[in-house]
Amino acid sequence: MAYQGFGKYKEVLSARSADEEIRNIAQDGGTTTALLCFALETGFIDGAVLTKKSSREWVPAQYVATTRDEILQSAKSVYALSPSLYRLKEATRERALSKVGYVGLPCQIEAVRKMQLYPFGARDIVESLALVIGIFCFENFYPESLKAIVEGLGEEPLEDVVRMRCASGKFRTEGEKGIIVPLKQASRYIQDGDRICPDLVSEWADISAGSVGSDPGWNTVFLRTKKGHDFFQQATGAGAIETKEISEEGLKALEKLAVAKKDRAKKHIAKREELGLYVTRDIYY
Amino acid sequence: MSKPKFAYVHLAACSGCEISFLDNFERLLDMMDMVDIEYMTLIKDATDIPKVDIVFVDGAACLQSEDAVETLKKARENATYLVAWGGCSSTATINNFSRGGQLPQPQHESFPPIKRLVKVDASVPGSPPGPGMAYNVIRAFVEGDLDYLKYLSSYSLGGFACGCDLWKDIVDNGLCIGCGACAMACPTRAITMVEGRPNNVFERCVKCGACYAQCPRSFLPTAAIEKLMDRLMED
Repeated sequence: MAYQGFGKYKEVLSARSADEEIRNIAQDGGTTTALLCFALETGFIDGAVLTKKSSREWVPAQYVATTRDEILQSAKSVYALSPSLYRLKEATRERALSKVGYVGLPCQIEAVRKMQLYPFGARDIVESLALVIGIFCFENFYPESLKAIVEGLGEEPLEDVVRMRCASGKFRTEGEKGIIVPLKQASRYIQDGDRICPDLVSEWADISAGSVGSDPGWNTVFLRTKKGHDFFQQATGAGAIETKEISEEGLKALEKLAVAKKDRAKKHIAKREELGLYVTRDIYY
Repeated sequence: MSKPKFAYVHLAACSGCEISFLDNFERLLDMMDMVDIEYMTLIKDATDIPKVDIVFVDGAACLQSEDAVETLKKARENATYLVAWGGCSSTATINNFSRGGQLPQPQHESFPPIKRLVKVDASVPGSPPGPGMAYNVIRAFVEGDLDYLKYLSSYSLGGFACGCDLWKDIVDNGLCIGCGACAMACPTRAITMVEGRPNNVFERCVKCGACYAQCPRSFLPTAAIEKLMDRLMED
């Protein structure tokens, strides 16, 4: 059956890393981390621009990874703004990488594709992008917002948190105490630009990965471009990735969220136009 | 059908955009297959701007130089489609800071973006724009790909552009998502990201307009990206 809001793709399935070490530190199934490690081992990429936790609690840092250990540092999601596109310049110019992997949010994948078509200030970067992995995203927070949610609403110190999750309408943390804040409450603190974003599942990536739709400990994965599809098959064939079928029920849950994000975008775009504000030209698709 | 004719006119600029044009390397051969280069002082012995289908104007016309203004006027007159190629013609870039008192002649002080003097059909900001932009614009022109060109004719891409545009149009309108594309596009590293938002160091900004043009929230070429994705699914 055809689903709404997933963009174009060749295949959708559940996947996880076959490596237990990766699974233990990952957000869900560690598929993204495992794919990056495999890509580096096989020379498919010679480095990647990624996001990790910085020395400040739950403040993201952007960096260029060129070893397995460096890639592992990026495991787990940090629900805060990470302007990692900036590092593509470092990867290609200063580090002279010619096959760069990139992991970003849907809006960042949009920026990457725009860059490929309109390289105003992206000289050499376009040719050097070897693998573009997009993660699912419904909304994103300022680091200070995380503080407001976790410490303000949840009354838990940020440093006690080992993992954060946004799922089933709840913002949860895992750690010392572990808090649950209804997303309705937490959503007050998202950055406003997300409200007009129509893309939940990184529709323009080579490979998209997220959690919604699959069992705990697994990722929902969309294989979109030929390059992404072939590379994923290679990683599976080599035993780096385990896969299983994804349930219709899971896809329906994901569809519901994807359509909700598009509806929200439509509504907020109309609202802003009504106010006479400028909205990104041709954003809605 | 004969090939479209092409001219490249050079005014006040550092030649970086011209080098970027040539830095297409082997793709230059494809570009030469698409258009006949009739006038480009760097690579061809032609002294008069001929009648052409498409002209790239690189650099700003100095108001105190009759010759420069005349050249620009002639380029406009002789071309069907005029592209402001690079920051100096699109936004005047570093020429904005000229006070005169320097070479080549001390009275040379005013270098407005060329759209104040002639009609511009497409602006390509950046200092310089990536080589790929030259190829893309020529390809789009030859193929009549208006979907591609339409974004380059928006007012926001040319004119008095700088990091301020990111505030005025993107951050101030609640559009910024902190992706970092602007900081990446900046040729002088004037932009750093602070709290997920661009921070422009005005002493470094040369007003080339690349940041605003590269921002995924200034315009999003949705139809063209969908086409690109269709291609990427096949090969």
